Amino acid sequence: MNAFSRWFGRYALWIYSTLAFVFLLVPIAYTIVFSFNDSRRSNIVWRGFTLDNWTQVCNSQGVCEAFANSLVVGVVATVLATALGTMIAIALVRFRFPFRNSTTLLLFLPMATPEVVLGAGLAAEFLTAGVQKGVVTVILAHTMFCISFVVVTVRARVASLDPALEEAGRDLYASPGQVFARITFPLLLPGIVAAALLSFALSFDDFIITNFNSGSFVTFPKYVYTAAARGIPAEANVIASAVFVIAIVFVVSTQLSSAARRKRAAKNQ
Amino acid sequence: MAFGAFGATATAAPVEPAIRRRSRVALVLLLPGVLYLAVFFLAPLLSLVITSFQAPVEFGDIGQYQTAFRWENYTSVIATYAPHLLRSFAYAATATVAALLFGFPLAYFIGVTLRRFPLLQALALTLVIAPFFISFLLRTLAWKQLLSDESWFVSALHGLQLLPPGEHVTGTAFSVIFGLAYNFIPFMTLPIYTSLEKLDLRYVEAGGDLYATPASTFFRVTVPLAAPGIVSGALLTFIPAAGDYINASRDFLGGTDTAMIGNVIEANFLVLQNYPVAAALSLVLMVAILVPVSVYVLRSGTDDLL
Repeated sequence: MNAFSRWFGRYALWIYSTLAFVFLLVPIAYTIVFSFNDSRRSNIVWRGFTLDNWTQVCNSQGVCEAFANSLVVGVVATVLATALGTMIAIALVRFRFPFRNSTTLLLFLPMATPEVVLGAGLAAEFLTAGVQKGVVTVILAHTMFCISFVVVTVRARVASLDPALEEAGRDLYASPGQVFARITFPLLLPGIVAAALLSFALSFDDFIITNFNSGSFVTFPKYVYTAAARGIPAEANVIASAVFVIAIVFVVSTQLSSAARRKRAAKNQ
Repeated sequence: MAFGAFGATATAAPVEPAIRRRSRVALVLLLPGVLYLAVFFLAPLLSLVITSFQAPVEFGDIGQYQTAFRWENYTSVIATYAPHLLRSFAYAATATVAALLFGFPLAYFIGVTLRRFPLLQALALTLVIAPFFISFLLRTLAWKQLLSDESWFVSALHGLQLLPPGEHVTGTAFSVIFGLAYNFIPFMTLPIYTSLEKLDLRYVEAGGDLYATPASTFFRVTVPLAAPGIVSGALLTFIPAAGDYINASRDFLGGTDTAMIGNVIEANFLVLQNYPVAAALSLVLMVAILVPVSVYVLRSGTDDLL
């Protein structure tokens, strides 16, 4: 390696990556900053700092209702998708059964299909069946696209689980139910939690599929989409910023605690 | 492998699973989820197929259709919306290349350069996925404001005469592709990072030892070893980008002549109630995307899909 490429390897990549991170964070910073804007009708021009948007979030028509709707949909869809997906993940790793490849393909296809197609398909089905669109159809739709992501996430965890642990349980006369409740489930829990968080995040931020299947039911992204034509109220920025901060704090604290655990484990060895 | 990049939470070496043949248990575990997908994924595709052949009810209201077998629906849809289809694929492909060019060095930095600093590496990964945690629509709207005519960036372009007076940044093909690329950069960066994280640097050194220039080592050693991640990232970017209609929407980064196929499907389904057109276009889009994906699936096998 010559001097230039050594220099490049040492510094240019650091400079590039720092700029790249700044670029990635620009719209996030913009959204957060404008949640403090003393805006009147449209939140486009900076008019001065205020905390009013934060202290009176629910003042803006419909923001809080939409946010609450998104939370309800996210929680219910996450519970359903996590349960169904975890069961499939266990079956895929632990069992050989006929149509195994077809099952894998069935789980892969929803992830490889554009959201418009998923949304339009479900809407066409509900239309044909005469189902009224609303909170139920949104939950059904969200559960559908979350299942595959749950399977992917939990499967990795099941694959790394040592079956000898469960065998030891059975050797000690534990019933199959006890083996699952006391050994399998606790060991899978980190994977299941990760899958549930991913599902919730996907559901909470979904717009395209929701738009096709919600009728007059308004989720937070749908609220933003409708408001975009006439100007987003700063209160929407408040909610998005709060969600962002909570999510980041959560991710960073999990990383720090797992780093601390690894350090302790390394010390004990 | 493909979509596993997101589930890869520090997995230990896979333990050889004790394969059991009690298929009744397997059936109980599988049946609810598989039935769910049959009803809410496969059946909707079938109803798209049925809808796509429907004909309007004679003397009926708007949005009333009856079962028919109108092949012409497809030919007329393709004839009418070929520009939108081509535009969608051109935009999505350009955005994918842009995201790759942007994301690869970043993934290399996190996966290789930051190896010696685990805490910094974790922080960098968090920064890459940070855009996921703020509303997709709001971050796209943020770019709309940042690229609007009043923004300092566009004023600077006008001031430097890089942008002719009267020309805008938003509402153009550029801003739509820019938005698509920005929104899907994490999807590109993470799988490449997963590939590069395992990259054995001795191979790269070997390239230098064998008198390869850094450039040829890069293209003949590093890139092939990162290929699985590049392919996954390209699929994860291209598929959602091709069907997206937020970025191209006129309320967001699009303009009058940037409508993508997603915009057409949305307008036909939700506004015009022209269900057969929306259904036929959805299926055309799906087939057009599934062709390249199945080439990839056939090469890698179904077991590596998840």
